[in-house]
Amino acid sequence: MKAEHYSRELRELAGWQISIETYKLGDVYHCTISNADPGARFARADGATREEAEQKALEKAERFLRQTRRFTTG
Amino acid sequence: MSADSVSPVLVTTDWVAQHANDAAVRIVEVDVDTTAYDQGHVPGAAGWNWTTELCDTLVRDIAPAKKLEELLGKSGIDNSSTIVLYGDNNNWFAAWAFWQLKIYGHADVRIMDGGRKKWLAEGRELSTDKPAFAQKTYSARVPDLSLRAFLPEVQKAVNEKSAALVDVRSPQEFTGEILAPPGLPETCQRGGHIPGAKSIPWGKNCNDDGTFKSLDDLKALYGSQGVSGDGPVIAYCRIGERSSLTWFVMKYLLGFKNVRNYDGSWTEWGNLVGAQVEKP
Repeated sequence: MKAEHYSRELRELAGWQISIETYKLGDVYHCTISNADPGARFARADGATREEAEQKALEKAERFLRQTRRFTTG
Repeated sequence: MSADSVSPVLVTTDWVAQHANDAAVRIVEVDVDTTAYDQGHVPGAAGWNWTTELCDTLVRDIAPAKKLEELLGKSGIDNSSTIVLYGDNNNWFAAWAFWQLKIYGHADVRIMDGGRKKWLAEGRELSTDKPAFAQKTYSARVPDLSLRAFLPEVQKAVNEKSAALVDVRSPQEFTGEILAPPGLPETCQRGGHIPGAKSIPWGKNCNDDGTFKSLDDLKALYGSQGVSGDGPVIAYCRIGERSSLTWFVMKYLLGFKNVRNYDGSWTEWGNLVGAQVEKP
């Protein structure tokens, strides 16, 4: 098999830059979400369509991102 | 990086496609996301789980020798095998596995330049089958701890300036604005960095396609921060996997002689009672 419909997109979610990587393998779309910096994958989901996989992964990602606190450094 | 021509420890995706069925070569995927292997991997590749197979699950430590021997043996690897590692996040945990294999003295271990990201982006063949390997016998060597930094060595580096410290985390982690990469659990009590450390984020080692930058670019990157490899260097991050990638770059691509990976990293230093922390 080969990965089909591979895509990678940068977007802002809950105040953070994220990367959305999606591809289709067989009948399943796989979506993973990474923070843009440092580039760690922290949410993923599968679906029958691109939209379903990405929607599910984005919902998880937003939940996790909202728990990330920012501190003052000055 | 033009992998095949520059470094014996880097191979291209083309090389892997041509050698995936070579009996002397074992391709191994090691991911941050331990489910990624099941979503499709290089055909014939073994999959190693860093959270259970590349560590001691009782004591915080790297894999004990016996455990590593068993993992390699069941992966069909013996001491003469060529091991090619790759993974997600531009090879973070592939580099972590590389570092441990070098600690235990494996001679021929390499990294697929660009990792899983490049393989996927190129639309190459993937498999969801888990291959079965003929069991082999593997004998780990006495651990080479010159590749690893422990807390006392880092404390000495801070107090006596006996080694250059390289913090490879993101700038926001370095300054203490955040305690962990966005979306991941906070695993320390204090933010900031080890006093005197230089900030050289791991991502600056890589191009957009996941491959390593050219040697000239890498030399310029480290040189601009005064890290030339003339003296001892210690790299750290949060749990030691991003810093193992930087360790790989400094030791195997740039040829620095004395480079250690501090795998205790910020989850150790940032939780120590009384440890000095610098901000920003």
